[in-house]
Amino acid sequence: MSVKVIIPTPLRQYAGKKDSIDLEAKTVAEALAELTTQHGDLRRHLFTDDGKLRSFVNVYLNDEDIRYLQKEQTPLRDNDILSIVPSIAGGLALRCICS
Amino acid sequence: MGLRISAKHEALIRDHAARDYPNECCGVLLGQANGADKDVREVVALKNLRTEADRAQELLPLEEPGRESERNRFLVDPKDQIRVEKDARARGLDILGYYHSHPDHPARPSNYDREHAWPWYSYVILSVIGGEPRDLTCWVLTDDRSEFRPEQLDVPKP
Repeated sequence: MSVKVIIPTPLRQYAGKKDSIDLEAKTVAEALAELTTQHGDLRRHLFTDDGKLRSFVNVYLNDEDIRYLQKEQTPLRDNDILSIVPSIAGGLALRCICS
Repeated sequence: MGLRISAKHEALIRDHAARDYPNECCGVLLGQANGADKDVREVVALKNLRTEADRAQELLPLEEPGRESERNRFLVDPKDQIRVEKDARARGLDILGYYHSHPDHPARPSNYDREHAWPWYSYVILSVIGGEPRDLTCWVLTDDRSEFRPEQLDVPKP
């Protein structure tokens, strides 16, 4: 299936400065694998050392979050758009606030 | 080379942090980048999704829910991000980074901040001590994700 992957601003420097990449894939997992095969520097920002999608990487298929579909096994159709939406999170170093 | 924000934008960030204390506040920095120089044109306060614990836990689970909360964690709703980015692009602006506060804690990024950060974005952190906004700092994640390096923060005098 021919799909488009939208690359968020912070990752474009690792994707040939492109804001989107067209590729062929049957599932979300295949699309992300193909993306990181073509652009190896993306891998450490999208996947953990043991190959899992980082928990703070949101992936949307068209307008739907894949965690509410079939996650990375979600099948793709021609002209689908996958958006990588970086989860924005953080916080201070944990300590006892009650003191 | 660095992030330039106006005194008005700095005041907006400080006011937001004071209002949300003792919780962490968060917001987005919109503007235009020219290489490594980023010029903030708008500051948009966002909801800290950690105040909606169930939904936040679905999106990005806390490892220690007994110790972690909106008092020491922030999370931006991806739907807000998508909406803000679409709106910004329509007006010729980019997302340059995000700000958040550290209640009763220094304005230095934590390991948790680093683990969840993205390259290129400017991360502005404001310490809020006893409800009073204090130090404002700016950081960028290194390419290898090993640390944050300080980014020059330029606040021209009005």
